[in-house]
Amino acid sequence: MVPLYFYLIVAAALFCIGVFGVLSRRNAIAILMGVELMLNAANINLVAFWRYIRPENINGQVFAAFVFVVAAAEAAVGLALIISVYRNRNTVEAEDINLLKW
Amino acid sequence: MELTYETVAFFIFAITTIGSGIMVVTDENLFHASLYLLLCLFGIAGLFVLLVAPFLAAIQVLVYMGAIGILVIFAIMLTRGMMRLQRIYNSQLAAAAIVSILLFVALAVTLTPIVDELGAGGEDLNAELPEDPVASVDYETVGAIGRVIADRNGFVLPFEVASLLLTAAMVGAIVVAREDEA
Repeated sequence: MVPLYFYLIVAAALFCIGVFGVLSRRNAIAILMGVELMLNAANINLVAFWRYIRPENINGQVFAAFVFVVAAAEAAVGLALIISVYRNRNTVEAEDINLLKW
Repeated sequence: MELTYETVAFFIFAITTIGSGIMVVTDENLFHASLYLLLCLFGIAGLFVLLVAPFLAAIQVLVYMGAIGILVIFAIMLTRGMMRLQRIYNSQLAAAAIVSILLFVALAVTLTPIVDELGAGGEDLNAELPEDPVASVDYETVGAIGRVIADRNGFVLPFEVASLLLTAAMVGAIVVAREDEA
């Protein structure tokens, strides 16, 4: 078996890739994909710590299941918003959605 | 760290996950990026299987790949005109790259024994993390999860709140994405 920090490095790399995607992409759907990468990285962390430190306590997996739920709800609402913005403004670039900018 | 099948499987899934994650954020074609996202989620499901969390691996495939990934593809198809842009990065590309690389270096230094192994000495920067997993998990995880989310002293309240959250998200998404009736 690999040591624990291998899983943590995978999760950290995925999280940093997600951060890069959120900060640097123009398309709003690509930003949402970066957010999903970050949530999955957190899930890997949760399950890895559960397995390596306290596997007799199922709470680690339950925490990860709740992260699934919240990520699903957020992805649904976020993509509905993006579709609605596209219908009204014919663009999904984050820079062009600037009506409320000062 | 001996070379067992589990180690080989871990490296296969880890490289799949990270490689397709990089392709998600760097591919010019947004639809290809969403397909790479599906591959990345599948790699994470494989990691869950290695971590003896089979229920979460199945939920990952069903919910993340089967629902959220497909929802992303739906949204890409419904906003079809924006799929192939000339530029995919905004003006903050360099700052974003620097921030994410610095974040990864900070996490790697904290989480791995790399500082000790490089002989830097001094303060003990990394956490004391276990090398081997605890003895094998020998209960049925699906039943254990089911028992704890229905237990009054367990997670029944977060479970009900999560159900409420999903209902609210569903109603909200339907209302927001509905065509305006003239």
